[in-house]
Amino acid sequence: MFADTRFRYLEGVRHVVAVALYPVQRAVQLPGEAIAWVGAYFASKRALTDENDALHKALLVQTEVALAAERLRTENDNLRALLELSRGYGGSAKAVEVLYTGRDPFAQKVFVNRGSDADIKPGYAVIDALGVVGQVTRVFPSMSEVTLVTDKDQAVPVQVERSGVRSVFFGSGAGRPPELRFMAPNADIRPGDRLVTSGIDGTYPPGLAVARVDEVKRDPGLVFAKITVTPLAGPDRSTHLLVLGAAPPPPRPEEPNDAAATKKGRGKGRRGG
Amino acid sequence: MADLFSAARPEEILKQANPWFILLTCFLALMANLVPVSGLALILRPDFLMLVILYWCIQEPRYVGVGVAWALGVVMDVADATVFGQHALSYAVLAYAAEYFRRRMLRFPLWQQAPQVALLLLLCAALVLLVRFVGGAPFPGASYFAAPLVGALLWPLLSVLLQRPQRPTRSPNEL
Repeated sequence: MFADTRFRYLEGVRHVVAVALYPVQRAVQLPGEAIAWVGAYFASKRALTDENDALHKALLVQTEVALAAERLRTENDNLRALLELSRGYGGSAKAVEVLYTGRDPFAQKVFVNRGSDADIKPGYAVIDALGVVGQVTRVFPSMSEVTLVTDKDQAVPVQVERSGVRSVFFGSGAGRPPELRFMAPNADIRPGDRLVTSGIDGTYPPGLAVARVDEVKRDPGLVFAKITVTPLAGPDRSTHLLVLGAAPPPPRPEEPNDAAATKKGRGKGRRGG
Repeated sequence: MADLFSAARPEEILKQANPWFILLTCFLALMANLVPVSGLALILRPDFLMLVILYWCIQEPRYVGVGVAWALGVVMDVADATVFGQHALSYAVLAYAAEYFRRRMLRFPLWQQAPQVALLLLLCAALVLLVRFVGGAPFPGASYFAAPLVGALLWPLLSVLLQRPQRPTRSPNEL
């Protein structure tokens, strides 16, 4: 147990048993899926027409936004080229479906229906239509485990959209609101602020919505403000998710001069990078 | 067939269980554990595999013991993506406790066995809780202890169903 919790030595064993268990898990899910399929088949024509109308309206609204986005992107590209900044998110994206939510009462996890067969790797970010859902933590041949941002101590680097203040979003486990830790009491952050990923970790592409600030308690007796937030996305609300492949990492900074480093590190190796 | 859900009378001596039947019930229990549910059902759902292992450890200790329980626990760990060895440890401890208490347990009628089963299941739940605390997990709330209690309530029903194939086909009072 120690070997698993701390060092993850037993992933190989876990994979073998998981592959053997996969048919059983699928078999158990089949009745539910069959019922859903039959239900969808008998959905009334009326409902479908309504949905079609709604989608058409949504499409119209979004066309405008899309056009504006196109214009903005060109403008942005030009500006970036001007500043010689790296391009934004350049990874791949895979649509996946939630198979079931995790049964472990201690952790916040969902399982999705694609794994290493779709080139998903641990560490990939997972989003839905509303924002960041979590991160892929384990990959099996045809499913993967996604740890939600609300899982205890799951961290997402974020930025306040309004003021640009950077922080780190920490999950607190089931039933407790996530929080922003280690924020100075005078940080420019207000209830209602939207938090987006800052992208400085290289895992989450920048600009994805994560959460909304609920409450900011500035107690002068404490070193840090207590800031609780509500996550925007939720796998309980959407069954289709998008797995974002990792963007290519920025080039490594040049290695410091060897001789100088050994002198400073007293021969015990280089420090930092 | 009216007595499908009635327990074996004390004078009925149960036949030896078929190992394939034991395997089948363990497999069905595993499947029951894997059914995807959420919300209240997830909180209240007992660990069926644990109950079935406990039953067979009490009734057929020659077939199901600590080793089998441990192996099934490893399977359950993978299925639930929990810490490797968490279920294995709790099932193994349960199997040992069952081995220890089985002679006493069998003397009680089923409804009186239920509270004892509840105690064993709660012990295992507490053990899992301890293991996860060491790993740094948060407390999942008092509802965490609901499942073992539901499991204990299901114990009489499960026992009756599982002992059904072992009941003698002829009346013991027949000549």
